[in-house]
Amino acid sequence: MLLYILKRVLSAISVVIVTLVASFALFFFAPTDPAGVICGPRCTPERVADIEASLGLDQPKAEQILLYMKGIVVGREYSTGGVVRECAAPCLGYSYTLGQPVTKLIGAALPVTVSIVLGGAVVYLLVGVLAGTIAAQVRGTSLDRFVVGTTLVVQAIPYFVFALLIALYATFLPDSGYHPITENPFLWASGLLAAWLTVGVTNAASYTRYSRASMIEALGQDFVRTATSKGISRRRVVYRHGLRAGLTPVVTIFGIDLAFQLTGAIFTESIFNLPGLGQLALRAFGQYDLPVLMGGVLIGSVLLVVMNLVVDIVYTFLDPRVRLG
Amino acid sequence: MTAATTPAKSGVRSVPGAPLLELENVKMHFKAKGEGLLARKTQWVQAVDGVDLTVQPGETLGLVGESGCGKSTTARLITRLLEPTAGQIRYQGVDIAHMSERKLRPYRREIQLIFQDPYSSLNPRHTVGTIVGTALRTHGMVAKSGELSRVQELLEVVGLNPEHYNRYPHEFSGGQRQRIGIARALAARPKIIVADEPVSALDVSIQAQVMNLLESLRKELGIAFVFIAHDLGVVRHFCDRIAVMYLGRVVEEGPRDSLYEKPQHPYTQALLSAVPDIGVVRGVPPKNRIRLVGDVPSPVDPPSGCRFRTRCWKAQDICATDDPALIERAPAQRVACHFAEPPAESILAETA
Amino acid sequence: MSDQTPGAPTTVSRVPRESAAGEEAYLEVTDLQVQFPTADGLVRAVQGLSYSVPLRRTLAIVGESGSGKSVSSMAVLGLHDRRVARITGSIKVGGREIVNMSDKDLEGFRGGDAAMIFQDPQSSLHPYFTVGDQIMESYRAHNNVSKRAAKERAIDMLNRVGIPNPKRRVDQYPHEFSGGMRQRAMIAMALVNDPKLLIADEPTTALDVTVQAQILDLIADLQRDFGSAVVFITHDLGVVAEIADDILVMYAGTAVEHGPVNKILGEPLHPYAWGLLESIPALTGEPQPLHPIPGSPPSLLAVPSGCPFHPRCEFKDRVPDDWCTTLRPELVPRTADQGRTSRCHLKEPDKVFATEVLPRLP
Repeated sequence: MLLYILKRVLSAISVVIVTLVASFALFFFAPTDPAGVICGPRCTPERVADIEASLGLDQPKAEQILLYMKGIVVGREYSTGGVVRECAAPCLGYSYTLGQPVTKLIGAALPVTVSIVLGGAVVYLLVGVLAGTIAAQVRGTSLDRFVVGTTLVVQAIPYFVFALLIALYATFLPDSGYHPITENPFLWASGLLAAWLTVGVTNAASYTRYSRASMIEALGQDFVRTATSKGISRRRVVYRHGLRAGLTPVVTIFGIDLAFQLTGAIFTESIFNLPGLGQLALRAFGQYDLPVLMGGVLIGSVLLVVMNLVVDIVYTFLDPRVRLG
Repeated sequence: MTAATTPAKSGVRSVPGAPLLELENVKMHFKAKGEGLLARKTQWVQAVDGVDLTVQPGETLGLVGESGCGKSTTARLITRLLEPTAGQIRYQGVDIAHMSERKLRPYRREIQLIFQDPYSSLNPRHTVGTIVGTALRTHGMVAKSGELSRVQELLEVVGLNPEHYNRYPHEFSGGQRQRIGIARALAARPKIIVADEPVSALDVSIQAQVMNLLESLRKELGIAFVFIAHDLGVVRHFCDRIAVMYLGRVVEEGPRDSLYEKPQHPYTQALLSAVPDIGVVRGVPPKNRIRLVGDVPSPVDPPSGCRFRTRCWKAQDICATDDPALIERAPAQRVACHFAEPPAESILAETA
Repeated sequence: MSDQTPGAPTTVSRVPRESAAGEEAYLEVTDLQVQFPTADGLVRAVQGLSYSVPLRRTLAIVGESGSGKSVSSMAVLGLHDRRVARITGSIKVGGREIVNMSDKDLEGFRGGDAAMIFQDPQSSLHPYFTVGDQIMESYRAHNNVSKRAAKERAIDMLNRVGIPNPKRRVDQYPHEFSGGMRQRAMIAMALVNDPKLLIADEPTTALDVTVQAQILDLIADLQRDFGSAVVFITHDLGVVAEIADDILVMYAGTAVEHGPVNKILGEPLHPYAWGLLESIPALTGEPQPLHPIPGSPPSLLAVPSGCPFHPRCEFKDRVPDDWCTTLRPELVPRTADQGRTSRCHLKEPDKVFATEVLPRLP
């Protein structure tokens, strides 16, 4: 078990490193002119060269990658016009346009995105799994058809349209905005409610369908018939024996989904004006702010890999047969 | 059946006087993941571990044994769906054990396989005509123009309505689907058919129909069979010679009658004794039962010496140290046991 | 199992018990119909089935796939979804009517007085719960006891069904058991509440022959100890001969022959039973050609008129008029022997069997 987790962590780290090198290469070999961007419209060639030197952009590309890696592991120094700035590990560089360390920017944006995505996940998991389980139990009845029909309608509405509808019509909801949970948990929750609703309802539709399909299969299994033959209540049969088996495939989908949602919360953040990772990356993209983009890619891939790891570990707890891996 | 329309260019070499099929010390070890926390070293599942078998042209050899004994793996080795870890598989004297796929092709035509499950071994999206026709085309058995008539001829041979060539597998019953599988195997005009539990998934009345079909094919076309089944009655009915397998080895092999009437290996005796016997109610005295205890040991770590010794009531010290060789104990009957002897009285109740 | 020592083979001889007519039935099925309305039409899975089983007796229900043997037995435990299945007739277990029983009462009944063992222990045990957990759940559903007491009981039961090292085994998962051990665990689970009725649905079909022999011995042993009525569903006539007192042969959803095992297997009176016997290759003697029943079992969507077996029956020409195709025969005594019944129009079936069928049996 421990060995299994250790193996998975090691392979996860190597995936992150490969992603990092690949995206570094893609971005830094791109024909962009970051020094020009930083320098602004009224700029002299000397000033550009100076900035390039300070950012290390005059170095060979391979060396830049190494420097960047070194920054992540042990930190590095930047010197601008004789002023030396210490950038402690894990150093992801400085934003070209905001002048702040990328780690600080990401550190501020990450909790916002995580709050949106996890809060939304709680909503759609609860609604989806429950609705799916109920629909599976009453398969073929009008209630089942109603549930399936509703999910089809919800799924047909594009995600951002739904977000817009909530923003426009659900005016009874508290004002949207981000307040750290450490300061005021109530304010934190109320400010995120609209975003949670959007993420929750749109995803609940697909999770209802996954859960329904998965539960129908689980309830048709021989061991569910065995459980029924033991004389335990129908509720116990469905929620203990059926759900335990039916949930496993849903967890797999959830793990993959969640990672994508973490990196793709751009619409939600933009519409509800929440300063999350998506917003940060979008702005950086518009301004060729490569260090921020790189940081975003890095954090995204780390999240993806970590989520997969978590799912795999959860899976070993759900299914004793894979415990010895 | 009428003669072939276009005989394929054979490409099959043969050594004069060699048996049709010969397995010599064939082994198949599969890699298995280690169990436990710190088990790093690879473990090997010894699915088949040193099997010797011979099949003469037109002969039927039965392979019996319980799950995990290696009989299905043996089927896959003979048809070269698997490449053995060691040993020789000689077809007409030519070793095909490690032959390349390209060289193997003509041999594949002559060695056909029938599967247990008639449901999953047929492509549900192909018509019966396509399924059988593909087998014809793959082996270049017939000119394009003659394909349909040959397909219909084959369907008739296996007892299906030849007009049904454009139907899909799901439109047939289980027994009929197995007939389709047989027609597909026959399309290649094989010299030997390996049938892996061909009737196990079928109901009793249908099972007998398919058995009779196989029987008539054997007699009329002279095809040799390696017939694998767990049902000892079915094997006895169909086979000239029978080999009993246990944990990847052949423990006893011999002509049908001597094997069923005078089995010498304790495992064969136990196996025969465990078959529920309908004769009991027809006034035949109930037979004395040998009941084995426990389960078959893991093929990952088989017992030393004789593999059956952990469940054998005759086991002595020698059984743990010396691996008994498969040697001839009665005419044509080979037994791998230090204490081989026929039972004091017949294991099977005599029918009146 | 490595934790078992090799021992001398146990020698068992079983003699079928004589008929014990007049014993009070514990399970009594009367005119049972089970139908499933589907998009393709009405599936008549069981039609007019009647039988009874007293305590301490074993009835084997024999038939091929689609004969209704499993469907009828699941109805006895009320396992059919009532929104899907239409069930009429009467099923009385210990005097209680099951067919119209409320869901609540069914829960108390299932697994208590009547329990079931299923065919495939691999898929019938929940893969995510330990074996002990699953046995305990069954026990605690019917007994108000602590977890600790339930675990003790589970260990007892595992021991009783011959699982070595039950204290360790109780905490293992089904995948850590071998096939035979899993079926033993399944039996332990079914018997944990001392049921008076045990339904075993092809309990040895998925097992190897030496393991099957062990399990058959175990079921017979336990029945002697527990004194329960057993319904044993199987397609294997050899198994029937080993374990049953009485046989009910089913075809296309109805019983075609019913009576004591030695009579039905020794001298069957229905052409379908003859066909089955002629389809089974013998283990001794010179192998004879098999005489299989032609054709295949009918679809339950369109059960043939008259006698459902008539399209496959080689004796229908001996019956006058169009009886076989138009008139459904009754399940009645066909010879002087009143203890057995058969559903067939053929005259003097005992003579036909003796002169025509018996000589060609394998």
